[in-house]
Parts: sequence; structure tokens; C-alpha cells
Amino acid sequence: MFQRTHAIARKFDLQGSVIYLGFIAIFLFFAVTLADDGFLTTRNLSNIVLQTAPATIMAIGLVFVLSAGEIDLSFGSIVAVAALSAAVVMQEHSMLLGILAGLGAGLAIGWLNGALVAYLRLPSFLVTLATMGLFAGVARSMTDLRSIPVISDVFTGFFGSGSLFGIPSLILWTLGAVIIGHLIYRETRFGAHVIATGDNPRAAQVSGIKVPRIRLAVLMVSGGCAGLAGLLYAGRLQAAKYTLGESDLMTVIAAVIVGGTALNGGKGSVVGALVGSLMMGMLNNGLILMGLSVSDQMIVRGLIILFAVAISLRGTSRA
Amino acid sequence: MTGTVEAAARPVLELNNIHKSFGGVVAIEDFSLDLRAGEIVALVGDNGAGKSTLIKIISGVHAPTSGSIALDGEPVSFSDASKARSSGIEVVYQDLALADQQPVYMNLFLGRERLRGPFGLLDRKAMMQETQKLVDELDVRIPSASAVIRDLSGGQRQGVAIARATHWATKLILLDEPTAALGVAETAKVEKIVLALKERNMATLIISHSLDQVFRLSDRICVLRRGVQVGVRETAKTDKNEIVSMITGVA
Ligand SMILES: Nc1ncnc2c1ncn2[C@@H]1O[C@H](COP(=O)(O)OP(=O)(O)OP(=O)(O)O)[C@@H](O)[C@H]1O
Ligand SMILES: [Mg+2]
Repeated sequence: MFQRTHAIARKFDLQGSVIYLGFIAIFLFFAVTLADDGFLTTRNLSNIVLQTAPATIMAIGLVFVLSAGEIDLSFGSIVAVAALSAAVVMQEHSMLLGILAGLGAGLAIGWLNGALVAYLRLPSFLVTLATMGLFAGVARSMTDLRSIPVISDVFTGFFGSGSLFGIPSLILWTLGAVIIGHLIYRETRFGAHVIATGDNPRAAQVSGIKVPRIRLAVLMVSGGCAGLAGLLYAGRLQAAKYTLGESDLMTVIAAVIVGGTALNGGKGSVVGALVGSLMMGMLNNGLILMGLSVSDQMIVRGLIILFAVAISLRGTSRA
Repeated sequence: MTGTVEAAARPVLELNNIHKSFGGVVAIEDFSLDLRAGEIVALVGDNGAGKSTLIKIISGVHAPTSGSIALDGEPVSFSDASKARSSGIEVVYQDLALADQQPVYMNLFLGRERLRGPFGLLDRKAMMQETQKLVDELDVRIPSASAVIRDLSGGQRQGVAIARATHWATKLILLDEPTAALGVAETAKVEKIVLALKERNMATLIISHSLDQVFRLSDRICVLRRGVQVGVRETAKTDKNEIVSMITGVA
């Protein structure tokens, strides 16, 4: 039994990661303390999964970026620009064009980040810090701070409230993204090159890996994931607004780190990012049910994230 | 018949009047050398003489400022390391160039992964098996092919880097101080591997600060002093005193 779980942990890159214990501890804590407040109801638990869908997808993109030794701070702003692009295009044109506009915006901003990092050799921290601000501004000016309704039932069903065989579409999106993300990360040559680039760029380069191309690609993956997350937000809320994705930066980075991805590259886990993201969602949900004020929620969440990140970094960085 | 004689006589690698400067700093002033198949040439010189720089020029990491390189008689100019690699040149760098958090087998196959199936997924099993076979053949003792580099000793890491180079090289191997960090037994093992390269008809250029080792392994010794090639001697026809005075420039 132990052998077997160990083998599974290896397969999914979970060894040394304490995330499961943390996940179970938080779950048990809320299950006991919030037993009378409806935490354990199926409805509440499935709500947690639905609400974290966009963050999980952003987290998957970030696993690739961090594994390659880069960072993306701009994905929150990309979410807003992508959602607004889709909503605006759909007012005049078909749904399909709207979807393409949303994903295209994400990929284009990811390409801009990536080109600056890969070919001008600017640090990704500074590049994406700048584009984070830049595209937050673009999102605000696109519609003069107005919210744009998304009325297509097909769109909101596909990206939001719909379901297939009784499974909510947001859960299907999450599952699909995790499975595809995991396969690409663990089982393809591209994934191996991403990890090697973050581990030792010089070794990667003398091994024939096109390191700049990998750096460009991971930032485009992150941009594309953020674009998809924007569509999911627009689908679920049936509207797009510049505030979408604004508050996700900290939780997504925390989810990825807690999930066993190294901040300085060479190591990561897509499945871990999913669990980390669910943990953050559970935390948000529990703190709201506990009746904490918004400011108290922020403080407690910040402290717990600090604690969780500290533990998972200690757990994984053995010498 | 004449064909074989010609092939044997033609050098695998020809370096002619190589010059390299980094900004204002001249690292290689004037370097020429021919390397033949099945031959081990030792490159010696003091710290900072330009030995590592020369290796990086041959392997395409640096472009020479002037001078020419020919491989099998064909002039080449490698724009990056992967071009030299695909021409059959392998290098063990002084700093090894391994991805520390990855397993041994991924390092051996980095950039040349084995794939399987219609989707071209990584064939980890095949890579692991091939790696295991290779390290067994070379007597590199590592816990397993899936051990992570960071968990290996310095000697084991060196073994992995050498195994990778010997596995992929078809023409030329460049070794930059391959035994600098090794103990007596490990050094002997590496020397055995290097001598075995001769039997595979490989051309080998080895950098070493140990003159004992140089005299044990090499057919010829090439001396580099402050970026200038000051002479090549046949190992059998020289002695340590002559080489030392060539290295230091004191007669
Ligand atoms: N990338 C670089 N940029 C600037 N100068 C360099 C660079 N690489 C090497 N040099 C300079 O070139 C000279 C030769 O360095 P090199 O590393 O080739 O010496 P070496 O013979 O390998 O020495 P050692 O025995 O210590 O390894 C040194 O003066 C070094 O500072
Ligand atoms: Mg050197």
C-alpha cells in the first residue's frame, strides 16, 4: 500500500510535497468548525470547485512559466482584457469570433511578454510587472470602466453555467486543462525542455534546446491560459468587467508554489497546482462562511498563505 | 587501398590561426592544431591560458574572432553548440553542464529524447534502460538511472557527463579537466574510458593540469601560453621538464 502510494506520488511529482496534509488539515478544520454553516454540503463543495476553475487554469499556465525559470505577473490583467475583448466582439459578431478574440488577446499579450524576455533578454519579473500595469489600464479604457453583458446562452452555457452528462462545464474545463497540462508537462519533449531550461539554461542550450524559444513559449502558454480563464469568468458571471482577474495574482502564485513548483525553475507539478488552487478556494470559502469581514479575511488569508508557502518551500528544498 | 590511407592521414579537426578576443581582452592570440582519428591530444597551459575558451570555440559556444576550423576537411563555422553536436562533436565542460534537478537518464538524453507512440510522448522506460546499460558498460557507479543529479557525488556527476559525451560522439570528444575533482580510483576509471575512445577511432582533446596523467594518456601534447600555441610535442619524444618550461616560458 505504501509502496503503491509512493509510486503514484512519484508519477505525479508529489514527493516531498506537503500539500496533501495541508489540504486535509484545512478541510477538516472547516468541516468541524463550520459544520452548522453548510460548509460540507454538496452544493457548497461543488461551488468551491466551480469558483476556482479560472484560477486553476491560470495556475497551470504559471507552472510552465515558473518551471522555465521565469515569472508572469501580468496574467490577472490578461484575464480582464481577454474577457472584455470577447464580450465586446460578441456584441457585434458571432460567438466564435468572440472566443477567438478572447484567446487571441491572451496569446498576443503572452507573445509580447515572451518576445521581450526571450529576444531582448529583459527580466520577466520587470517585463510582466510593466505589462500587468499596462494592460490593467487597457482593460479600464477599453469600455470606460463599464461592464459588458454577455447574453449568448450558448457562450454562458459552454463557459459557465452549462453541463454535460450532469457534470458542470466549469468542472469539465478544469479537468480537461489539468489532464492536458499534466500530459504536456510530464510526457512531452516540450515539457522536458521547459523544465531543463529552468533547471540549467546553459546545459539546456549546449544540449541543443532553443532556450529563447522555450521562454517565449511558456509566456504564451500563460497568456493563453489567462485568456481561457477570462472566457470562463465571462461565462460564469454573464458579463465582462475590468476587475476580472484583478485579485487572483496572490492566490494563483500561492497555489502553484504550495503545489510543489519551484520558484526558481526546474521543478513543478500541474496536479499539485490543481490541489493548491482548490486549497486556496476552500480557504476563501471557509473564511467567508466564518463570517469574517473582508479586511479580516484578507489578513487571515495572507497569513495562512505565508505559512503554507513557507512550509512547502522547506519541504521541497532539501539539499 | 589509397582511399584508406588518405582517410587516415586527413585530420578530423583542423584549427588554423584561431584568434579570439572578448571585447578588449585577448583570450586566444594564435592557435593552430590538427587532430587525427584515434588520437589523444593533451592541451596544457597555466590557468587563464585560454584552454577552456578554445574548447568552447571548437564546440560552437563562442565564435572565433578570426581563423578557420575544418571538420573532415570541410570548413565549418558552428553558430551554436547544437550544430557542433549534430556533427558528432561532444564536450565534457569544466562545469559539466548538467541539469541538477533532473534524473540521470534525462540528462543523458537532453535534447535527443526518445519518443514513443503516435503522439510522440517521452519514452522514459527506453531512456532509463539505455542509460543503465551505458553506465554499466562504463562502470560508472550510480544508484540508478533515475537518480537525480543533485543527489550524486562529484565523481558520479563527472561519470554521467563523460557517459553522455562518449555515448553521442561520433568524431571528436573534448574533455575539459575531466578528473580535476576526482579521487585516485575514479581518475583511473575515467582514464580507462578515455583510452577506450582510441579503439573506437575517436579523436580526443583533453585538458589536464596533471602532467602525469597527460603522459599516461596522450599521443601528443599541445602547449598553450597566454593564448598562443607555443608548440606540439610527441609524448614519446619529450619529457616533463620540456613541457613545464614550455608552459611557463622559462627555459
Ligand atoms: N566569456 C568571457 N568573457 C570575457 N573574458 C573571458 C570569457 N571567457 C574567458 N575569458 C578570459 O579568457 C582568458 C582564458 O580563459 P579560459 O577559461 O579559457 O582559461 P583556461 O586556460 O581554461 O584556465 P583554467 O585552467 O583556469 O580553467 C581568461 O583571461 C578569461 O578571463
Ligand atoms: Mg578552463
